Amino acid sequence: MPVPFAAPEAVPVTGWGRTAPTSALVLRPGSYEEAVRALAECGGRGAIARGLGRAYGDAAQNAGGAVLDMTGLDRIHEIDAVGGLVTCDAGVSLHRLMQVMLPLGWFVPVSPGTRYVTVGGAIGADIHGKNHHMSGSFSRHVRAIELLTGDGETRVATPEDEPDLFWATAGGMGLTGVILAATLQMLPVETSLMTVDTERATDLDDLMARLAADDHRYRYSVAWIDLLARGARTGRAVLTRGDHAPLEALPPRLRADPLAFRPASRLPAAPRFVPEGLLGRRSVGLFNEFWYRKAPRDQRGRLQKLAAFFHPLDGLPEWNRIYGRGGFVQYQFVVGYGQEEALRRIVRRIGSRRCPSFLAVLKRFGEADPGWLSFPMPGWTLALDLPATLPGLAAFLDELDDEVAAAGGRVYLAKDARMRPDVLARMYPRLDDFRELRSRYDPRRVITSDLARRLAV
Amino acid sequence: MKDAFGAPQSLLVLGGTSEIGLATARRLIGRRTRTVFLAGRPSPQLDAAAQSLRRLGATVTTVDFDALDPASHEVALGKVFAEGDIDMVLLAFGVLGDQARDEQDPLAAVHVAQVNYTGAVSAALVGATALQVQGHGSLVVLSSVAGERARRANFIYGSSKAGLDAFCQGLADAMHGSGVHVMTVRPGFVHTRMTEGLEPAPLSTTADEVAAAIELGLRRRSTTIWVPGTLRAVMSAIRHLPRPLFRRLPL
Ligand SMILES: Cc1cc2nc3c(=O)[nH]c(=O)nc-3n(C[C@H](O)[C@H](O)[C@H](O)COP(=O)(O)OP(=O)(O)OC[C@H]3O[C@@H](n4cnc5c(N)ncnc54)[C@H](O)[C@@H]3O)c2cc1C
Ligand SMILES: NC(=O)c1ccc[n+]([C@@H]2O[C@H](COP(=O)([O-])OP(=O)(O)OC[C@H]3O[C@@H](n4cnc5c(N)ncnc54)[C@H](OP(=O)(O)O)[C@@H]3O)[C@@H](O)[C@H]2O)c1
Repeated sequence: MPVPFAAPEAVPVTGWGRTAPTSALVLRPGSYEEAVRALAECGGRGAIARGLGRAYGDAAQNAGGAVLDMTGLDRIHEIDAVGGLVTCDAGVSLHRLMQVMLPLGWFVPVSPGTRYVTVGGAIGADIHGKNHHMSGSFSRHVRAIELLTGDGETRVATPEDEPDLFWATAGGMGLTGVILAATLQMLPVETSLMTVDTERATDLDDLMARLAADDHRYRYSVAWIDLLARGARTGRAVLTRGDHAPLEALPPRLRADPLAFRPASRLPAAPRFVPEGLLGRRSVGLFNEFWYRKAPRDQRGRLQKLAAFFHPLDGLPEWNRIYGRGGFVQYQFVVGYGQEEALRRIVRRIGSRRCPSFLAVLKRFGEADPGWLSFPMPGWTLALDLPATLPGLAAFLDELDDEVAAAGGRVYLAKDARMRPDVLARMYPRLDDFRELRSRYDPRRVITSDLARRLAV
Repeated sequence: MKDAFGAPQSLLVLGGTSEIGLATARRLIGRRTRTVFLAGRPSPQLDAAAQSLRRLGATVTTVDFDALDPASHEVALGKVFAEGDIDMVLLAFGVLGDQARDEQDPLAAVHVAQVNYTGAVSAALVGATALQVQGHGSLVVLSSVAGERARRANFIYGSSKAGLDAFCQGLADAMHGSGVHVMTVRPGFVHTRMTEGLEPAPLSTTADEVAAAIELGLRRRSTTIWVPGTLRAVMSAIRHLPRPLFRRLPL
């Protein structure tokens, strides 16, 4: 028996952005019973579930209370290799699911920019992937969840039987309870390779036109956009779009083992101490320039490994350290179709401030799913990383929040570490329903997090 | 909770009428702070200070607090923390004393030491413990460059700040890893009512500049800051001056 409850000591915890550390008892339940007990014994400052800590901000932190590290619950219970259904613990990572399911011809239905996230985290943030315009968010592919609510009960919720609990939990940032297990519908694939089309867009309008014109022809679509390029080049971008390669697209030598999962080998982790200001405007600008130039102007049908297409950053473990001690924030928002002017304005503002942002990501979302606090809605989403120590950044992002809210858009909670509570209510109209449901299932307010406190969720 | 930039949503100022304390509160209200507790000895000035912050949109409560009565600190601060999380405690009380008089009047000198050192030790410990229970928060303590090397002209005040400063260095280490951030602020000469009528020292600064430096320190999670920042190098040089030379400096 490991010793998850051997007098744990409070340790500092942060999200992926490494800002705002707070301390908590980190408990690692190895069974459902231990999870139930952890919740029952967590004390006055409550508990929150944590997966692999890939949320950028304070969503999986709980100052002074307990953080339930769910990665100890990592069993895959049942696989239906014919229908593609898999039932597993919430602590199972998408990486693991790929390893196990790909050889059987099934891929994760929604894959974020890293495969080191757990199923629980994927549901908690109701994550989206490059296929959102076709396949919606993660929860669309979840058939059932087993949820330990703050009142100590374990409940099964499905979209049919317990729609309120289910759709509050999808995107609910862990605040409806601890997901213990889930049943997912996987996506059938013939191979573990992707066929990818790459093209360049010369500016933002060109980019938006290209995305709007033929996103519907691709299952996966995303654009890397250079926000440091100025003048006429503002918003120049590289589009990569593709789909799973069918068997016949593979060269003969690969057809023998078409479903092999071959993530690129991982490089050593980034160094622990990095001087402040390494990622200055100049170095980032040069990097973006290089990235744009090296991309093919127009290339069709290139075969690419899954990992290279979906998770290029996973090759460099702990790359979040390159921002140094001060950490970084990611800003991701969405504005609806028809609000293109707001998007242009925001891109111009970011560009004219010369924020040292590495390649940002622009993508079109499709139909929204019903998650009460789910982020995606039909429209344009832009995500960018920024060093937290950048002077004036706090006030600047507040201004962007207001632009986004005024355009009827919203900011993604899984990335947030700095929003104001009043803005949250403007962006998420079902917030009151969510609060009401929370108090129903968790009358003693056992489940809570730093994000919940900061945003008065 | 503090955000990614270290901006607190709730603030407790010990020394609720302190000009530096209020300048800092104003600045932080301009960012994220919505709830402020001003702790001090009851006075019309304390109420007026609260009123001035309310006009900026904050919810402000005044709390009875006397640095000279350490026995009461736990209860006084306990009440504040019972209302909810406090993201930042600012220790801003202090007295300058009157060096010439205090040298002649040991009890007056002791008063300076009691407010600035023993009172602060007690309040800082009570505050840090409460923050530790929360698992987060910043304890920001106004020390002074006067504590870095005792000067003939104000060594009673200086020694009290030296004690406090050393205490805070140790406290910061004790709190390391606890989620509690302890930041020592070492201003030079600040134009406030404390220094009114005194001849300004070189590199003198204002309460607003101290506030700005505190906001920056919170963002960087600094443990020690000087205001103005150039004092760091200056003081480092002064600390190493040979004594006979130091004595003759017009400081
Ligand atoms: C490089 C990178 C790329 C990313 N790309 C994308 C992307 O393309 N699309 C996207 O949507 N997101 C993306 N993200 C964000 C990431 O997918 C989400 O933050 C996800 O929630 C992380 O999962 P996790 O297991 O690490 O959870 P954590 O970060 O540990 O937790 C995230 C949230 O989920 C909750 N949670 C975790 N486990 C459980 C559980 N068992 N029960 C209940 N609640 C739980 C937590 O309480 C918390 O609120 C990316 C992150 C990184 C670092
Ligand atoms: N001004 C400078 O040049 C300078 C330089 C370096 C460091 N500092 C330090 O910065 C801090 C703030 O100074 P300031 O310039 O803002 O001075 P200030 O305006 O005179 O404020 C001093 C504060 O201390 C309070 N105080 C004094 N005795 C107290 C007691 N027994 N109990 C509770 N509160 C008491 C005062 O409250 P009342 O209103 O009740 O008297 C007042 O709020 C002090 O610690 C000071 O030593 C100042």
